[in-house]
Amino acid sequence: MSTTTPVRTPSEEETHPQGSPEPGRVSGGLFDPAQLMKSLPDAFRKLDPRVMVKSPVMFVVLIGSVVTTALAVKDPGDWFGWAITVWLWLTVLFANLAEAVAEGRGKAQADTLRKAKTDTVARRLAGDAEESVPGTELRVGDLVVCEAGDIIPGDGDVVEGVASVDESAITGESAPVIRESGGDRSAVTGGTKVLSDRIVIKITTKPGETFIDRMINLVEGAARQKTPNEIALNILLASLTIVFLLAVITLQPFAIYAGAEQSMIILAALLVCLIPTTIGALLSAIGIAGMDRLVQRNVLAMSGRAVEAAGDVSTLLLDKTGTITYGNRQAAEFVPVKGTTAAEVADAAQLSSLADETPEGRSIVVLAKEKYGLRERHEGELVGAEWVPFTAQTRMSGVDVEGRKVRKGATGSVIAWVEEQGGTVAEDARKLTDDISQAGGTPLLVALEDDKGARVLGVIHLKDVVKEGMRERFDELRAMGIKTVMITGDNPLTAKAIAEEAGVDDFLAEATPEDKMALIKREQAGGKLVAMTGDGTNDAPALAQADVGVAMNTGTSAAKEAGNMVDLDSNPTKLIEIVEIGKQLLITRGALTTFSIANDVAKYFAIIPAMFAVAYPGLDKLNIMSLTSPESAILSAVIFNALIIVALVPLALKGVRYRPMSADAMLRRNLLIYGLGGLISPFIGIKIIDMLISLIPGIG
Amino acid sequence: MSPVLSGVLQLTALIAALALVYRPLGDYMARVYSSEKHLRVEKLLYRTIGADPDAQMRWPAYLRGVLAFSAVGVLFLYLLQRIQGVLPDSLSLGFTAISPDQAFNTAASFVANTNWQSYSGEQAMGHAVQTLGLAVQNFVSAAVGIAVAVALVRGFARSRTGELGNFWADLVRGTVRILIPISVIGALVLVACGAIQNFAGIHEIGQLTGGTQQVGGGAVASQEVIKELGTNGGGYFNANSAHPFENPNAFSNLFEIFLILVIPFALTRTFGKLVGNVRQGYAILAAMGVIWLGFTALMMWTEYAGHGAALQEAGGAWEGKEQRFGIGASAIFATTTTLTSTGAVDSFHSSFTGLGGGITLLSMMLGEIAPGGVGSGLYGMLVMAIIAVFIAGLMVGRTPEYLGKKIGTREIKLAACYILITPTLVLGFTALSMALSSPPESILNVKGNSVDGSGAHGFSEVLYAFTSGANNNGSAFAGLNANTPWYNTTIGLAMLLGRFLPMVFVLALAGSLAEQKPVPETAGTLRTEKPLFAGLLVGAILIITGLTYFPALALGPMAEGLS
Repeated sequence: MSTTTPVRTPSEEETHPQGSPEPGRVSGGLFDPAQLMKSLPDAFRKLDPRVMVKSPVMFVVLIGSVVTTALAVKDPGDWFGWAITVWLWLTVLFANLAEAVAEGRGKAQADTLRKAKTDTVARRLAGDAEESVPGTELRVGDLVVCEAGDIIPGDGDVVEGVASVDESAITGESAPVIRESGGDRSAVTGGTKVLSDRIVIKITTKPGETFIDRMINLVEGAARQKTPNEIALNILLASLTIVFLLAVITLQPFAIYAGAEQSMIILAALLVCLIPTTIGALLSAIGIAGMDRLVQRNVLAMSGRAVEAAGDVSTLLLDKTGTITYGNRQAAEFVPVKGTTAAEVADAAQLSSLADETPEGRSIVVLAKEKYGLRERHEGELVGAEWVPFTAQTRMSGVDVEGRKVRKGATGSVIAWVEEQGGTVAEDARKLTDDISQAGGTPLLVALEDDKGARVLGVIHLKDVVKEGMRERFDELRAMGIKTVMITGDNPLTAKAIAEEAGVDDFLAEATPEDKMALIKREQAGGKLVAMTGDGTNDAPALAQADVGVAMNTGTSAAKEAGNMVDLDSNPTKLIEIVEIGKQLLITRGALTTFSIANDVAKYFAIIPAMFAVAYPGLDKLNIMSLTSPESAILSAVIFNALIIVALVPLALKGVRYRPMSADAMLRRNLLIYGLGGLISPFIGIKIIDMLISLIPGIG
Repeated sequence: MSPVLSGVLQLTALIAALALVYRPLGDYMARVYSSEKHLRVEKLLYRTIGADPDAQMRWPAYLRGVLAFSAVGVLFLYLLQRIQGVLPDSLSLGFTAISPDQAFNTAASFVANTNWQSYSGEQAMGHAVQTLGLAVQNFVSAAVGIAVAVALVRGFARSRTGELGNFWADLVRGTVRILIPISVIGALVLVACGAIQNFAGIHEIGQLTGGTQQVGGGAVASQEVIKELGTNGGGYFNANSAHPFENPNAFSNLFEIFLILVIPFALTRTFGKLVGNVRQGYAILAAMGVIWLGFTALMMWTEYAGHGAALQEAGGAWEGKEQRFGIGASAIFATTTTLTSTGAVDSFHSSFTGLGGGITLLSMMLGEIAPGGVGSGLYGMLVMAIIAVFIAGLMVGRTPEYLGKKIGTREIKLAACYILITPTLVLGFTALSMALSSPPESILNVKGNSVDGSGAHGFSEVLYAFTSGANNNGSAFAGLNANTPWYNTTIGLAMLLGRFLPMVFVLALAGSLAEQKPVPETAGTLRTEKPLFAGLLVGAILIITGLTYFPALALGPMAEGLS
């Protein structure tokens, strides 16, 4: 296991904690009405029956439109036939428009990516010599050289050298990243730019299949395949369509027997109103928009299936470092031994750390200033100071200045030093350090030798600092039924303390890749879906085994290959957002399906009396909306049916607002809005449309 | 006591009785289908048919058992009716052979647990056919229904196996341990009430007006009890449960309603027991109960209220109802018989108010799942639960799952096929019957010569016939001469396809569920044992059925009832 090291200053992370929860954080995704106009040509292009047939519901509407057109042409004087025909075509067009708008947003992104994929010239190594070949001719295994200013010609691993690389073309992040041979930061992506130094890259991907190519395909939706749940929903919608087709076709003989034969135009109108056009029209837009929401968060899902699986995840494996904690141990407390004060410890600790540029050392200075108001002394102020640097042998650092010798370091080393100087070791020193170790912290003993002799002053308590807001986030996840497991290389004691502080459900200490793999398999055997992040080559098997494996973009190409998502920001906390986006996708589908089916009730109350109130006057009692005339009633239902698609496009693209809550609360809320709302809203909508069109002379 | 109060009291007594036996019977049935021991008589039966009752079957094998057994049943019953003329007089009572199309219709009808009768019981069938043929099918067709339901429940309860139990063991146990013991007790109760039980011939008796009437005897009580208990509905006499020999008094009437409902409701407890969470069973029970009680209340209201001055003067819509039972009990019987796949009648649905007739139609159109036929009600309701879970489950942000099993593409495909069958049969055959030239001639209430003069009632008669057949109800709206080759054949097909095609999909579904590994329940899981879900299930059933049949209902009972 490696730790991810994004090339960003820690302070930036501290001021903007990645995990701060805010309600509705995945409801993003902007909807620009201008997109509707831009996507219009695409909507027309999609009228091709070979494209339409993929959506059974809308295909039926298309056939209905063709039939009514033919009938309207046959009887051109019938305004009603024309009106229905126009609105049926609009229904089809609106559905195509929804899909085109959803795709359009991805296309814009693909164009940006294409610019990065300008044809590059690669400097291929042939033996010791260098030759220039077009980037498209590179084969797997070729070695190429890149120097400052060069565009990297293809995906590969750095095999020699270290360089800073501008990956903004892919990540949008302007800060350069370090890429070096060996280790977990060796992967480079074609289309990115070397800013400094010289590296040799071994090509790992065929041209046309590079990361950037796949990204273009993904965001454009070209590689989009229907996900399992989408297929299942399509089957249900198709079967409902068959039921309604049956209800409408068999109606004619019944109507003839009742002496109220209906025109084909009215039957087509009834059919289109009944079949679930709302969800049928928006289904693929919802899927595309779901992927797009991930892309907007700089996450690339290699398949829609992975996004769906994210919604089902019940176990999250989270790396401690970088996800749960900031990744650096920081001074949290100065603990004095008997007979000294905390302030004395702070003073000595600060003095010994002034030249210590490690994050731990800096945190000691910061704590001393914050808690004890000790002004930071500059090295220059201490004339004649002799700094003792930390070495692996001494395991201490410190300073000799003005007759004082201050040391801080590992317990054993510092005690040995004090005894060596003939000083005394306070009785409770060892106990204090043990307590800190047991609490999961790291103790640093502080000792001083001055005119009073050598002695131990106290202990600096270093600990892993848990990011703010993580506990709340884990509580939310628990409410959603998701178990969190912290993965760490720490010993069980330390791991337990941090796990408790962060509020995760479980932890895996001293984790090896094998342990991780075993944990995933164990969870999966119990029927759970597991999500994890990883970046190292040794994470690859676990990433492949997990149901949702998010590889960090900074990671190795093996890791990126194994996972089914890549996070371009390399921010492991994002896993939580990915789960939420997956859930939101499924909720949006369910909500619009419920809405679509509930809508039908009102349409019957509009159309059935219009069709049969002449033959059976009693049926006029069903006209509870008291619509103006049979024609206006049917037309209003058809118009409502078409307009509701456009009205719901923003919702389909943005997704239903999602807040973490229990399944029960969520179901109640969504049933109320989309079930009851779907039942009632068309009664109102159809009535309003009827009132408007009855104003047109000749109808009312 | 006012008639309304009497109706409400009878309803209360009925619910109390059902509540009393719910747990013991449900638990007993769960033990019957999970016990490993075989009774001696069962072992004898297994040896006779050459079945190994301990062999586990996957769904295709289970289905083969169901279909083979039923096919043999149809064939046997058909032949028995065809040779009635040559049977000894004591068995056939001198009745002649049944015509091929009617024999097919009757054989299909009784094997499919429908008991649609295009003949008049006492005028067509002798003791042999009634007792050896029809009564036997009353038992075993019911046992087949329960067996298939239990197989589906096992599909939910089992994991990573695909094995659904043994059809022969389920069939035999259902008959021997459940249906026969209750029938014996039930028959004694009915005899005590005054139902007849003999093998007497035909008596000729003088009428008050001077003419003579022929009255047949028979093993009526024993057949009556399984007619109700097995949700069969085929009467010994043409008048069915309105005949005093079948249903002598108000108590026997209430007892028969109890018999109809007792197994279908208690099976929800069995289901809960077998899946290891009785609350899941209560949720299904609640959905069934709400629909049954709601429809019954609605029916009582429309029949008590009547429409028009004459009916109100009479104290309700009395036409076609027995004074022995009253309007309330007749209304309870009517919704009960149509909400289960029984089809027995103690009053004549054709004579109900227009809306009341519509309620009987809609009750059957729901698919007879509240509580439905023995077994078929439970599996029908569980399929609807799968559909409801699929739509609602998405709304909690997870791939839908029910009882720890994922509802994926395969499951939804099978459930979708299931819900397509009956509407196709009902609407398809009704439309054909209205479109062709001769079938409408069977309608007695034609335009201008009917109760409402509009023809709506006549249309309801045909719609009712196919709704009853395809849903395996068996009750008739009357007013339709269904004993024609067209209706005998098409209703026969509707009954067979309406019974066995759904079973194909149910068993395939059970097999697919049993193969899955279970998904553990978390806080993010849709809670299907909560009232919210039961309510959602009721809503989904009413909306999906309502949308399918709304136009047909509008042109039949609604056109009549709203005029």
